Amino acid sequence: MFRIRNHNKKNRLSSKHFLLIMTLGCVGIFLLSLTFNISGGPLNAVAGYVFVPMQNGINNAGSWLSRKVNDFRTLSEVLEENEQLKQQVADLTVDNTSLKLEKYELENYRKLLELDEKYPAYEKVAASVIAMDSVNWFDSFTINRGSKDGIEVGMNVIAGGGLVGIVTDVGPNYAKVRSIIDDTSKVSAMVTSTQTNFIVSGNLQTVNSDGVITFSGLKDKDNQVSIGDQVVTSYVSDQYQQGILIGYITTMEEESNNLTKSGTITPIVDFEHIQEVFVILNKKELGEENVPVVEDTQTTEVDTQ
Amino acid sequence: MKRKIVLAVTICICFLLQSTVFQSLSFAGIAPNLLIIVISSFGFMRGSKEGMFVGFFCGVLVDIFFGFYLGIYALLYMYVGYLNGFFTKHFYPDDIKLPMFMIGASDFVCNIVIYLFMFIFRQRFHFGYYLKSIIIPELIYTMVISIILYFILLMINQKLEASEKRSAKKFEF
Repeated sequence: MFRIRNHNKKNRLSSKHFLLIMTLGCVGIFLLSLTFNISGGPLNAVAGYVFVPMQNGINNAGSWLSRKVNDFRTLSEVLEENEQLKQQVADLTVDNTSLKLEKYELENYRKLLELDEKYPAYEKVAASVIAMDSVNWFDSFTINRGSKDGIEVGMNVIAGGGLVGIVTDVGPNYAKVRSIIDDTSKVSAMVTSTQTNFIVSGNLQTVNSDGVITFSGLKDKDNQVSIGDQVVTSYVSDQYQQGILIGYITTMEEESNNLTKSGTITPIVDFEHIQEVFVILNKKELGEENVPVVEDTQTTEVDTQ
Repeated sequence: MKRKIVLAVTICICFLLQSTVFQSLSFAGIAPNLLIIVISSFGFMRGSKEGMFVGFFCGVLVDIFFGFYLGIYALLYMYVGYLNGFFTKHFYPDDIKLPMFMIGASDFVCNIVIYLFMFIFRQRFHFGYYLKSIIIPELIYTMVISIILYFILLMINQKLEASEKRSAKKFEF
C-alpha cells in the first residue's frame, strides 16, 4: 500500500514538472515562430507527408460518393437546369460579342498610346481543397499543392473567377490558405466604377448569418457608388493582385464620421462548397520590400493577437 | 510502446475525420470537435500526464495545419488534457454522466478561451451572438458524437490496459 502511494506521489510530481516544461516549450516555440515568422519548418514536411496523402484519399472518396449521389438527381431537375444554362449562354454570347468589339477598340487605343497590357495573364496552378479548418472560429483550409508545385506564401487563390484568399503557409506537398471571409482577413479593395479604395474585412458573424462580408472606409462624397456595384482588389494592395473580383455591394450606410461609408459585400465565391481552386503563381511585386501599407499592418496586428 | 502507437493512430484518425468528413457533415458551418473528445477522455481515463501528452500532440497538429503560429493550440489542448486528469478519481467506466459532462465542459472552456484571446481583442463584443451560433451548437454536436466516440475510446483503453496487465504478469513469472 505504502509503495503504491509513494509511486503515485512521484507520478503526480513529475506530471506537474512535465506540465511546466512543456508550457515553457510551447511558449518558446510560439515566440520563435512569432519573431522569425517561421511556421513548422521540418514539422511541416513531416506532417505533410503523413497527412496529405490520407486527406487526399478521403477527399477523393468523398467526391466520388457525392458524384454518385448526384447521379440520382432527377432528370427533370437536370433538364430544367439545362434550359436555364442555355438561356445564360445566349445572354453571355451577346455580352461577349459586344465586349470583344470593345476590347478590339481598347487594344487599338492602347497601341496608339503605347501602353502595356494592363492585366497580364497570370500563371495559375489548379489545386483541390483537402481539409477544412477544424476550429469553427476560423475559415482556412489546406490544398493539395505545395512548394514542390511552385507555391509560395503570399500567393493569391481564386475560384470561379473570384478571390478566395491568400496562401499563409506552405509545406512541400500542401499549402494553407486563409480565405477572405475569415474573421482576421483584410483586403484592400476598390469599386470598379469609381476606383475608390477601401478595406474589405471578413466577419464571422455576418458570414454565418447572411453570407456577406463587411467593408469600411469607403470615401464617396458625391454618392457615386451604389448597391450592386462590383468590388475588385485594389492596386494599392501589397498582397493581392490588382483587379480580382471580390463580389458585389449589398448594403451601404454612412459611417458616424459622415465622410466614409461602410456596409456589406456578397462574395461571388461559394465558400460553403469550395473544392477546386487556382493559385496564381505571380506574386504582387513591390518596388521595395516590406512597404508598409495600411492593410498589411492591420493584418499582422490581428495575427499577433 | 503499444499504447503510444495506438494513441498516435487514434489521434491521427480523429484529426483526419474532423478536418475532412465532419467538415462536410457540418450543420450551419459548425463541425464537432473530435480532438477535444479524445483529449478529455484520455485525460480522465488515464490521468493528467497522458491527457497532457495527448492534448499536446492534438494541439500541434491543429497548429501545423490551421493555426496562426505554432504552440497556441498545443498549449490550450495540453491544459485541457491536464485538467481533465484531476477527475480520474471520480471516473467509472460504466457511468456516462461524468464523461459527457467533462467533454462538454472541456469544449465549452476551449471555445471561451479562443473567444477571449482571438476575438475580444479585435472588438468583436457580441458575445451573445457567438455563444448562440458557435459555442452552443458546437457543444451540442460534440456531445452527440461523444456518445459514440467515447465508447470506442473506452474500449480501446480497456483493451490496452488488459494487454498491459498480461505482459506485466508475464514478467512476474
